Amino acid sequence: MSKRIRVLAAKPGLDGHDRGIKVVCAGLKDAGMEVIYTGLRQTPAAIVATALQEDVDVIALSTLSGAHNQHLPLVAQLLREKDAQHILLVAGGIVPPQDRATLKQQGVKEVFGPGTTMTQIAEFIRANVSLS
Amino acid sequence: MDQSKIKEAKTKWAQSDPGLAKVAPRHTDWGDPVEKLYTPADVSEQDYLEQLGFPGEHPFARGVYPSMYLGRPWTVRQYSGYDSPKDTNARFRYLLEQGQTGLSVAFDLPTQIGYDSDHPMSAGEVGKVGVPVDTLEDMEVIFEGLPLDKLSTSMTINAPSAIMLAMYVSIGKKQGLEPKVLRGTLQNDVLKEYTVRGTYIFPPKPSIRLVTDIFEYCSKNVPRFNTINVAGYHMREAGCSAVQEIAFAFSNAIAYIEAGLEAGLDIDKFAPRISWIFNTNNKIFEEVAKYRAARRIWAELLRDRFGAKDPRSCMLRFHTQTSGASLTAQQPLNNVVRVAYQTLAAVLAGAQSIAACSYDEALSLPTEESVRTSLRTQQILREETGVTDTIDPMGGSYYMEALTNQLYARIKELMAEVEEMGGAVEAIENGFVQKEIERRAYETQKEVERGEQVVVGVNKYAIDEEEKDVLAEANPQAEQEQIQRLQALRSRRSQDQVDQALAALRQTAQGDGNLMPIIIAAVEAYASLGEICGVLREVFGEYQPVRTI
Repeated sequence: MSKRIRVLAAKPGLDGHDRGIKVVCAGLKDAGMEVIYTGLRQTPAAIVATALQEDVDVIALSTLSGAHNQHLPLVAQLLREKDAQHILLVAGGIVPPQDRATLKQQGVKEVFGPGTTMTQIAEFIRANVSLS
Repeated sequence: MDQSKIKEAKTKWAQSDPGLAKVAPRHTDWGDPVEKLYTPADVSEQDYLEQLGFPGEHPFARGVYPSMYLGRPWTVRQYSGYDSPKDTNARFRYLLEQGQTGLSVAFDLPTQIGYDSDHPMSAGEVGKVGVPVDTLEDMEVIFEGLPLDKLSTSMTINAPSAIMLAMYVSIGKKQGLEPKVLRGTLQNDVLKEYTVRGTYIFPPKPSIRLVTDIFEYCSKNVPRFNTINVAGYHMREAGCSAVQEIAFAFSNAIAYIEAGLEAGLDIDKFAPRISWIFNTNNKIFEEVAKYRAARRIWAELLRDRFGAKDPRSCMLRFHTQTSGASLTAQQPLNNVVRVAYQTLAAVLAGAQSIAACSYDEALSLPTEESVRTSLRTQQILREETGVTDTIDPMGGSYYMEALTNQLYARIKELMAEVEEMGGAVEAIENGFVQKEIERRAYETQKEVERGEQVVVGVNKYAIDEEEKDVLAEANPQAEQEQIQRLQALRSRRSQDQVDQALAALRQTAQGDGNLMPIIIAAVEAYASLGEICGVLREVFGEYQPVRTI
């Protein structure tokens, strides 16, 4: 039997829109993954610390307040600093296309926009995760 | 008319076309079956005067004012707030020139959560979802050249409401205006921040104390200000049903009212200044019925349970915004149509004030063109379509009245359930409200993914679209500029005055005196929002969210 994928879902920054991330948490659980949700107002440092402590395979960040260029690259950078690039970093929310491209260069593997299905997210994670 | 004859004839009709029996059953948003046809038999029990009455008369089901839109159309109040106080001032001037009749201020997240722009938690968030306000100086810029006695201003601020009200009163004074002439609305509904919106600061008890301090202060000094704008809107956006939207919002309002009464306030001194923001969604008839039922429930609750004597205490005056969550990033122009239908429903329901969403909201901050289109949507409805020619035009439709009765019953059932748990604060602290909303949001998502709930342009009639870069980007320098302004002010103001004001604030917060006069003194000494909230955080503590996942 294969190991279950462990996902840390988090809301970086001050954004309170959590409908999307909560729905994704429920969807990934139903897809057989283990999901830990941090809740609101997480700093990049706290997110990475939790990810390492919980030994997750995936970090899924949700951001709708326009502060993605602040928080997402910092999470990616901290993962590099902690030598934890094996953790798959994905994000979702309202992120303009031009920013999406930049974020991908900075280490965010995928940015899911409005209209993405839970199935698509689960499939992407399965296809890209590297299980430790 | 003999009801049994109607029922008999209906059965005959239903058999007249074999296709009718094969039609799949339809359901309302909250899960009740919808009849294929409504007749007088569905509303035969209705007591017109008792359950509907006349506009402006108890129980206000047909409207809160006798003349409704014949006397005065609804207030067109688009939500806006840009990345700096100066740009926000410019947008407000533009909207007023274009015929908008009330202002609505969106604040950025640091402001809403009580952090100054230079706080580490504010990094990257300054000026992003609204305007930053650190000190009174920022509010002076936002309202420069806008005479407050000619305006009504709605402020989407919750935990720091007392501070924003203090600043507004101070600007009024600087314009030579007494607080009693000021008109506007504070959102000030912190309970729904715990369940869905997330800009809470303090735990429920001190948060509700701030609410009742505002009730008391305004009833004496700022009598034309709506002291609270109880929100169903955000819970609906987070995924709840029409029934849950009203029932949870009413349950929250009951908690505020009970706190006001416990603080020794007279119901008729503060209940008339309670206002509302609800969400007008896609199901046109259900939305209209929702508001008709809600007006009746509220009127009965205030009169029968809280003993209100002033009819204004019983009037459910509401602002509504169309549903942002119903809009799609795909084929964004389709959103113009969605917004127009939702705005139509709000008008048919007799809303006092309406904000129509902008069609590009699912992509970015609205552009000037999209904001103007929303404004025009409201103006076309008001001036071209004739929908305001008579009051409560849907009244008397068998379907509408049946829906209204059904919603009345369903909302009251859920309110009773919350009451059974010990009220709204209890139902939030035990996670009931959050779980109900989350469960339904997840169900909705599954229905959309299975194609059972159609989203045009997303799971049906989708096309290949090229993604366009977003033009309306916020000014990247805004954060640094705001921080510089704040720091310049800090070095200019009298630190002694600030220290004294904050010490007085701490002392009053530790006791039980009304905090409003102390907060006004603090903002007038140019103490910052973050400094004031910092003192209150130390005294009151911070809210720790309930885990539901």
